[in-house]
Amino acid sequence: MNDLWLYVAIAATIALGGGVVIARRSRHDMPSAPVAPPTPPTPVAAPSAPAAVETPPAAVSTPPSFRDRLSRARGVFASATTGVLRRSAIDQSTWDELEEAMLRADLGVKVTTALLDGLRARVKQREIADPTGLIHALRSEMTGRLADVDRTLAFDLARGTPNIWMMVGVNGAGKTTSLAKIAAQQMALGRSVLMAAGDTFRAAAGEQLETWATRTGAAIVRGAEGADPSSVVFDGVQSAAARNIDLVLADTAGRLQTNTNLMDELRKVRRVAEKAAGVVTEVLLVIDATTGQNGLVQAKQFTEATQVTGVVLTKLDGSAKGGIVFAIETELGIPVKLVGLGETVADLAPFHPEEFVDALFDE
Amino acid sequence: MFDSLSDRLGAVVGKLRNRGRLSEADVDEILAEIRTALLEADVNVAVVRNVLARIREQSVGEAMSKVLDPAQQVVKTVQAELIALLGGETLKITYASQPPTVVLMAGLQGSGKTTSAAKLAAWFKKQGRQPMLVGADLQRPAAVEQLRVLGQQIGVPVFSAPGDPVETARLGLEEARRLGRNVLIVDTAGRLAIDEEMMEQVRRISETVMPRYTFLVVDAMTGQDAVTVAEAFNNTLAIDGVILSKLDGDARGGAALSVKEVIGKPIAFAATGEKLDAFEQFHPDRMAGRILGMGDMLSLIEQAEQVFEKEEAEKAAKKLVDGKFTLDDFLDQLQQLKKMGPLQNVLGMLPGVGAQLKGAEVSDDQVKRTEAIIRSMTPAERENPQIINGSRRTRIANGSGTQVQDVNRLVKQFAEMQKMMKQFGGRLPSR
Repeated sequence: MNDLWLYVAIAATIALGGGVVIARRSRHDMPSAPVAPPTPPTPVAAPSAPAAVETPPAAVSTPPSFRDRLSRARGVFASATTGVLRRSAIDQSTWDELEEAMLRADLGVKVTTALLDGLRARVKQREIADPTGLIHALRSEMTGRLADVDRTLAFDLARGTPNIWMMVGVNGAGKTTSLAKIAAQQMALGRSVLMAAGDTFRAAAGEQLETWATRTGAAIVRGAEGADPSSVVFDGVQSAAARNIDLVLADTAGRLQTNTNLMDELRKVRRVAEKAAGVVTEVLLVIDATTGQNGLVQAKQFTEATQVTGVVLTKLDGSAKGGIVFAIETELGIPVKLVGLGETVADLAPFHPEEFVDALFDE
Repeated sequence: MFDSLSDRLGAVVGKLRNRGRLSEADVDEILAEIRTALLEADVNVAVVRNVLARIREQSVGEAMSKVLDPAQQVVKTVQAELIALLGGETLKITYASQPPTVVLMAGLQGSGKTTSAAKLAAWFKKQGRQPMLVGADLQRPAAVEQLRVLGQQIGVPVFSAPGDPVETARLGLEEARRLGRNVLIVDTAGRLAIDEEMMEQVRRISETVMPRYTFLVVDAMTGQDAVTVAEAFNNTLAIDGVILSKLDGDARGGAALSVKEVIGKPIAFAATGEKLDAFEQFHPDRMAGRILGMGDMLSLIEQAEQVFEKEEAEKAAKKLVDGKFTLDDFLDQLQQLKKMGPLQNVLGMLPGVGAQLKGAEVSDDQVKRTEAIIRSMTPAERENPQIINGSRRTRIANGSGTQVQDVNRLVKQFAEMQKMMKQFGGRLPSR
């Protein structure tokens, strides 16, 4: 097998040598493009250890105002807005300032360009007349991008018992912590919960979940370190069915979406979970708000493997803006369902598009 | 997936193919593509602006290389600029005259501090040091347990004590002195840069253990916020370098470049895989290629141009695409390739291939054996390997001093390569 790489690479190099020549000759007689060599898949890691902050959950109380929590270190648009409003007319600097603010919020080039092009057209048609109108239009277009969709967590015992919610995502996104907070919230709603410790890879991940099970009073099923995660989740679902538990929260090991083997493993976890007595009603992709443009790739790949039903956007209480969710919602139609605004259980809150956008513009 | 910069530039390059010089408008067009590529790689907006200004200066009116397309010349300038930005040299680790040499790990939640701490310990061990780990993350449940398990795997002692993280760090330092360990790595809890209380705590840990190196662990997937975080940590702790984690995914890691530019501290290490030895000192040149999504293609193109006979290479490439590439042609190309330097290095420059080859030894012996086998074939056999039957196989093996299995393997792999290259042929420019 080792030798095979040699041949592929040699062939690539030959093609490259030839390609360079062809490309050069093409200046005279052929269309040209840079040479693209074959790129074998980069081998990727199994999960390295995430580290998520966790403090003992406070009792579930009224969630803090989404807006209040967000406004800390928000306002990436604040200075741009000030700059735009200072001028009496819309000029090139107006567009530059808005573009920079949008890019800095991690909205990405594509979303930013689309939004600004739309606004430019409206300015041209005199639909938008002045800077104030422009800012107003931008806000409402951004909110509009986060479409009016159902953001509730799907729980329906009529569809099958128990309901299964799976947590998936890359390393360190905050899957285990989010799972624990969801467990506490669901138990506060009077639902019985079992945690299935499907992260059998990371050292002490099982212990971490066990600690949470003890704190929340949820049931837990663990496997040995290195055990097949599908079998742990399967056992969890069976055990929940036997004990009449409503909801199974299945944790999985963090994995980078480029690792085909691990993505296949995740596919299997989802498949096997439904072979037991229950039904998977949510697959929640946990994404860290600091994530940049790779977040869209993550969402695509995880959805392809496990039919993600919603996003949990964690660590939004830091300075990161989480703008990648605009691309995830518009391009993939996956709604953000929960956001992490702090360390207490109540800080894992439902997502409100308007407040999310408003906070970006806050002074 | 992101389009690679080479794909993006394809259209622009095609349009400019007859130009010996680039006009300002041409440069604008190319720079716009490069800007998009950099932004999609998560390079900070402000950094992108500065970089582009510098590149424009160097690109307008410059006499373009006769060898490459003018547009590619600009790309070359970009790459040189990125390497310069990332810091030309790898950080050299030195040790305290009064051991232990203390290393403090800091970063956001989930950036990969604990794993990086263990990997760094393994790295120091490989350098012949006696490291010890201190688990001062008393926040996350089972974080210390995780560190203990990892410590066991790499054979490095782990110290921790419940209670106050600052006190734990102090006790850890005492313990390291007592045990005569000469490197001490302190893992801390993840914290948000805007959490003043937690930042104060890590500052006190730092004051207590007086680290020789404070490393900020940054996730390669981080977006624009990387700069804010790095500035905040640098203001509190005086960061000495960055450890870039999760670089084995498909994130371009533009955050790394931004951090270097903004706080002026080098990227010291990069984690490139799940295994505890998948951790290495950082090489700016490789990162530049990654951010642009083009591997180290440019230096490879340069070397290829110097070495390959143009006509020959063109013929070989055409044959390859048409599926008429024979073992004879292969032998010829192998000779050309050898002129480019040690095979391992050459292959390492192909995007994606480098990483694959880390595990696989490509020795020049293998190349020699391959050559010997082909040379023991008749011209007819080289033309059409399918005619090689049992007795021919034995003859070839005897003639080349190899085993029949070696001959089989070569023939089989050559067939596979041909198949693969035919597919790849569809992606070659202009056929």
